[in-house]
Amino acid sequence: MIPVCRLEDLPAGESVRVDTTPPIAVFNADGEIYAIDDTCSHQDASLSEGWLEGCLVECPLHAASFDLRTGRPTCLPARRAVRTHRVSVDDGTIHVHLVAEEGSAA
Amino acid sequence: MRTITVVGASLAGLYAARELRAQGYDGRLVIIGAEPHPPYDRPPLSKDFLTGKADEDQLALSDAEETDELAAEWLLGVRARALDARGRTVLLEDGRTVASDGVVIATGACARRLPGPSLAGVHTLRTLCDARALRADLAAWPQRVVVIGGGFIGAETASSCVALGHDVTVVEAAPLPLLPQLGADMAAVCAGLHARGGAELVTGTGVAALHGDATVRAVELADGRMLPADVVVVGIGATPNTGWLAGSTLALDDGVLCDDGCVTALPHVVAVGDVARVGAARAEHWTSATEQPRVAVRNLLAGHTAETVRPLPYFWSDQYGSRIQFAGRRRADDTVRLVEGSPEEGSFLAAYEREGHTTAVLAVDRPRPFTRMRRGLLAAVPVAA
Ligand SMILES: Cc1cc2nc3c(=O)[nH]c(=O)nc-3n(C[C@H](O)[C@H](O)[C@H](O)COP(=O)(O)OP(=O)(O)OC[C@H]3O[C@@H](n4cnc5c(N)ncnc54)[C@H](O)[C@@H]3O)c2cc1C
Ligand code: FES
Repeated sequence: MIPVCRLEDLPAGESVRVDTTPPIAVFNADGEIYAIDDTCSHQDASLSEGWLEGCLVECPLHAASFDLRTGRPTCLPARRAVRTHRVSVDDGTIHVHLVAEEGSAA
Repeated sequence: MRTITVVGASLAGLYAARELRAQGYDGRLVIIGAEPHPPYDRPPLSKDFLTGKADEDQLALSDAEETDELAAEWLLGVRARALDARGRTVLLEDGRTVASDGVVIATGACARRLPGPSLAGVHTLRTLCDARALRADLAAWPQRVVVIGGGFIGAETASSCVALGHDVTVVEAAPLPLLPQLGADMAAVCAGLHARGGAELVTGTGVAALHGDATVRAVELADGRMLPADVVVVGIGATPNTGWLAGSTLALDDGVLCDDGCVTALPHVVAVGDVARVGAARAEHWTSATEQPRVAVRNLLAGHTAETVRPLPYFWSDQYGSRIQFAGRRRADDTVRLVEGSPEEGSFLAAYEREGHTTAVLAVDRPRPFTRMRRGLLAAVPVAA
């Protein structure tokens, strides 16, 4: 379980990158908090820097879009899912529960 | 339509084939490609592939499952030699012909070469074969590498060669690389990346000759200087592959001339990607090659121009650990304003402006605000119905 930040420090529409290995991106999608692997499954871009719209994040490099709920890409050029991670908020702090490397969401 | 032929089996050709199926075309689909390989991605050739961080299987644009779903006939390793005047028959160099009701031209561009006899050690970088050959020559180090041309591919190649431990000089004939694309201020900033990254940049002088017997030994500059070289990479631009269309009725002028919807003078022939001059402009960008096919295929299936592309050029480039992103169309008299960060910090966002409007945006390692501004620009591009 990794603490990320205070809930109030991640307003709706914002995202933050957690420097774990591999790094994780945490999003506040209209009040719902989601965590996925930060590195796009297509090439080398950070999804926490992407464009968030509803439950979808668009990669800042080639515009593949991922569903934060499933990690699945909704359009090309990405074809593989990114892993999703469970999130909880305890005492106002967001925590990410990393899934094991093998337990891939793909 | 019963048979549609896609000529060119790379990025734009593959995306066109996908769009044909996605938009409901269920007839015969023939894809002709001069290269023996199935479609692969070129941008990594000058980046991760050259440095060995990515291998050939990571370049593939498609997998077996998707290839099955496309249900196409692939004719690879064979070049189209001509298109008949009515645009109904594609002639192949091995003598075969493919009768077609629709044709997608996606033959891309090929690297421009220097005149003169070919010497070992001299490379261009456009194809997988080029990249394999260059990678092999760079396997022993350190080598003295001279990159001719300071454009994006030249700069990326130089950066990759530095990363591999070679001694690198970039030669650019203009006073600064990327001057027409970026304007003087920002071109100077990008030129600075070479020095920071550890490559030498020589500007304002062209190349007079390459010297060597069988293998290159030196590059002679127009000002008389001699640069010793073991490996030379020629990155002086690309020419659209339109040669095979000579004798067709299509208008050719630095690309296949199309309307704003990628449709040529023949309504059942469309062109996409690096080979297409759509509206008034030809782009050599990955994103154009992936965006144009949707519109081109729609118009091909409709039989007329039902939709036009939204032309907002976008490209990225990775050099010396920095990611450069650029979107829009800069004109010579635009002013440039730093919006965030600074070149000194190594990360910034700059806007090109004219009469109070933003025309283009450039970012170095600022993807988030860049995307925001790029979307703003896109929203401002008028959509013709
Ligand atoms: C090294 C390198 C790095 C790049 N980096 C970037 C980058 O960072 N960002 C960016 O935006 N863009 C980049 N690009 C540009 C991008 O790769 C191109 O815009 C894109 O590949 C264009 O796709 P295309 O399918 O139109 O053409 P191409 O990829 O050129 O494909 C055309 C295909 O048609 C085939 N062909 C040609 N003539 C015939 C014929 N007569 N019959 C049959 N087949 C034929 C060719 O063999 C080729 O396979 C880079 C390009 C290169 C070479
Ligand atoms: S790196 Fe994300 S879409 Fe290419």
